[in-house]
Amino acid sequence: MRGFLLNRLSQSLVLLLIVSVIGFVVLNLIPGGPLAQFGLDPSMTQDDLDRLREQLGLNRPLWMQYLDWAWRLVQGDWGHSFRDGAPVLDVIGRHLVATLLLMGSSTVIAIAIGTWIGIRGATHRYSVFDYLATVGAMVALSIPTFWFGLVGIYVFSLRLGWLPAGNMYTIGDGSALNYLHHLIMPSIVLALVHVAIWSRYMRTATLDVISQEFVKTARAKGLSERRILMKHVVGNALLPMITLAGMQLPSVLTGALVTETVFTWPGMGRLFLDSLGYSDYPVVMGLLMFSAILVVLCNLVADIVVAIIDPRIRLS
Amino acid sequence: MAASIQAVSVHDAALSVRGLTVDLPKGMERTHAVENISFDLKRGQILCIIGESGSGKSVTANTIMGLLPKLIPVSSGAIHLDGTAIIGAPAKTLRGLRGRVVSMIFQDPLSALNPLMTVGEQITEVLTAHGVGTKASRRSRAIELLSEVGLPDPELMYYQYPFRLSGGQRQRVMIAMALALEPTVLIADEPTTALDVTTQAQILKLIRDIQRRKGMSVMFITHDFGVVAEIADSVVVMEKGRVVEQGTAEQVLKSPTHPYTQRLIAAVPHLTGEDRVVQEKASNETILKVEGLSKTYCSGSALFGSQRIVPAVKDVSFELAAGRTLGVVGESGSGKSSLGRLLIKLQDSDGGRILFEGRDIARLSESEFRPLRPRIQMIFQDPFASLNPRSTIGQILTVGPVAHGMPYAQAREEARGLLARVGLDAGAFGRYPHEFSGGQRQRIGIARALMFKPKLLIADEAVSALDVSIQAQILKLLDQIQRETGVSMIFITHDLRVASQICDEIAVMQKGRIVEHGPPSQIFLNPQSAYTRELVTAIPGERPRSTRPAAANV
Repeated sequence: MRGFLLNRLSQSLVLLLIVSVIGFVVLNLIPGGPLAQFGLDPSMTQDDLDRLREQLGLNRPLWMQYLDWAWRLVQGDWGHSFRDGAPVLDVIGRHLVATLLLMGSSTVIAIAIGTWIGIRGATHRYSVFDYLATVGAMVALSIPTFWFGLVGIYVFSLRLGWLPAGNMYTIGDGSALNYLHHLIMPSIVLALVHVAIWSRYMRTATLDVISQEFVKTARAKGLSERRILMKHVVGNALLPMITLAGMQLPSVLTGALVTETVFTWPGMGRLFLDSLGYSDYPVVMGLLMFSAILVVLCNLVADIVVAIIDPRIRLS
Repeated sequence: MAASIQAVSVHDAALSVRGLTVDLPKGMERTHAVENISFDLKRGQILCIIGESGSGKSVTANTIMGLLPKLIPVSSGAIHLDGTAIIGAPAKTLRGLRGRVVSMIFQDPLSALNPLMTVGEQITEVLTAHGVGTKASRRSRAIELLSEVGLPDPELMYYQYPFRLSGGQRQRVMIAMALALEPTVLIADEPTTALDVTTQAQILKLIRDIQRRKGMSVMFITHDFGVVAEIADSVVVMEKGRVVEQGTAEQVLKSPTHPYTQRLIAAVPHLTGEDRVVQEKASNETILKVEGLSKTYCSGSALFGSQRIVPAVKDVSFELAAGRTLGVVGESGSGKSSLGRLLIKLQDSDGGRILFEGRDIARLSESEFRPLRPRIQMIFQDPFASLNPRSTIGQILTVGPVAHGMPYAQAREEARGLLARVGLDAGAFGRYPHEFSGGQRQRIGIARALMFKPKLLIADEAVSALDVSIQAQILKLLDQIQRETGVSMIFITHDLRVASQICDEIAVMQKGRIVEHGPPSQIFLNPQSAYTRELVTAIPGERPRSTRPAAANV
């Protein structure tokens, strides 16, 4: 187990290194660079630009800039926002809770509903339910998230007036209920596509397990169908799903980016788009590294959880 | 056939099947999975149901257990289990019987146990499901069962996960589970087929012992007449869903009346104990010489100290003359398949030399070895998995030679010729693998290997997946091809009876080493090593036929 952990951890570090290099290089390949927006300002002279470049260390070769940035990053100094000079970690921290709230709630919805649909689809294969679930999943997968968001806003906010159209809370009302009220629509919209993915995988995994010999053994022992499903089928079917949950995280994160824009949700997705618009490179790089770490960490956790649950991996 | 059954009152029979017919869905090769079958399992007896794949023996077992898939319904007949009518009984009644009155053990003990549950949990589950005992009493009963089936250290075994156990141990766990509530009837569906021959002998003995001790009735499904000879009191022979013959084991084995039974019994490979007649084409020229070949598998990571080292092949040396066949026999994990992979360079060896026609191929790089590859060919075990389902037979046969520079027209002609030679008609050329039976596919696999005009054929368990009658045909074909082409063969198998049919010499492997090497007469009649002796005595239903005085003290 210790060897396994060390092994996975070292792999993760190499992965983060690669992500940081690629991210840094690609970002700096974009024409214009961080100072491009000042070029449009007639009051800035070439001298001013040069001075700025000198100050920010942008006149050094790229590899030096990278090493400098990476070294500070490791030490906990993620740089300062070009926009307001605030430390990048503080900027991210301010938007983190909102995004985690959205991602967490939609993940819970996706897993709960997706698991249920998947298992029921597998146990009632080719039933009306199964067909509807299949068609529903196809629809959810083929229609973009923002469209669901817009339709949701139109129907539930404009027409019915049941749910707020955007923001995380009503200004002046900080109650939990108010947060929850605002959370419902974005988290469901974000969850939709993941319910679809999760239910399809869960259905396949369940079918896989149902056809295994040990399920037949369980029947031969005279167990009730309910116990067979809960004890023998679901446990084994969920095993590959834990890895899937880890792998789905980047896509939840990407989805959050779109959803946050549609619902003016003050999270990291909004921050990312805004920072790109302002050429706020330190924040963009910070967000990139932060999400990379988050994804790598979650995959690591997923692997460890699988290893804990599955005795075959745990002991070998 | 039903008429010939002696009327047995329901009370003498633990299980009685009358006129059972189970339909198959439309579009299958036949309309019934089983058709109008009748038999009785008398109390305290072992009834063997024997038949080849597709004979309907497993369907019969599943019907008795009430485990038939909904797609194949029972259309008529009656089954009485310990006096209770099964057919038409509500699901709840059936569930109450399963595990309590009738239990079942399956072929593959690896997949038949839940990998995420401990052995103990899986046994106590039976008791829980039928509401027997308290938590503590169930646990002690499980431990009692584990020791009853001869598992070491039952207290510890209780907390083990299945993957930690060997195949034989897993099957013992299955048996413990099946015995938990002391059922009247135990159904065993090919319980020893996936096991090594020595393990098989132990499990057969265990089942026999327990059956005698408890006076249980056992319905034992098998395809192996050797197993029948070992344990059966009475026998039912099935073919294509029908019972073609039944009677006492003595009757059926000694004087089978139905032609199908006669054919089956004739096809069973026996230990010949006689050496193969040296062929005219065979010369003394050595085609393959292996010296001190070794391979060690390392898993895990050396860096973090979690490495595990498994020596798969240790210091193996032998010689093979042109036109001769060397059998490599051993149980699973003996290194016989690893040896095959090393010889064909699917894997690199760690040490030693492989002299093929005098040239050491062990150290050749992939690109250096490539021109030699056509000359060493392999026939694989699974005739279903080893042919690409999306290629026609023609493509499968010609793609290799064409890649090695043969003009397509010539490859096509040779392929057609080879198809005829392996006993398929030329029309097979444009068809797809799924249109062929297992035996036919293995013929295609052989034709594919022969396309390269190899000097050396390596057959890895090439007949293990086939029914005995098909097995006999394929062995005959291989023999005939060797006589015609003078190809040398390495025949890897776990089945000593098969090896005795086709090999000039046999090497017995154990834990990566060759423990004995010699002609069949030596191996089977006068084995020199203790391990070989153990293997030979473990073969079910077999005492060497040509019993010479030398064999008497074996």
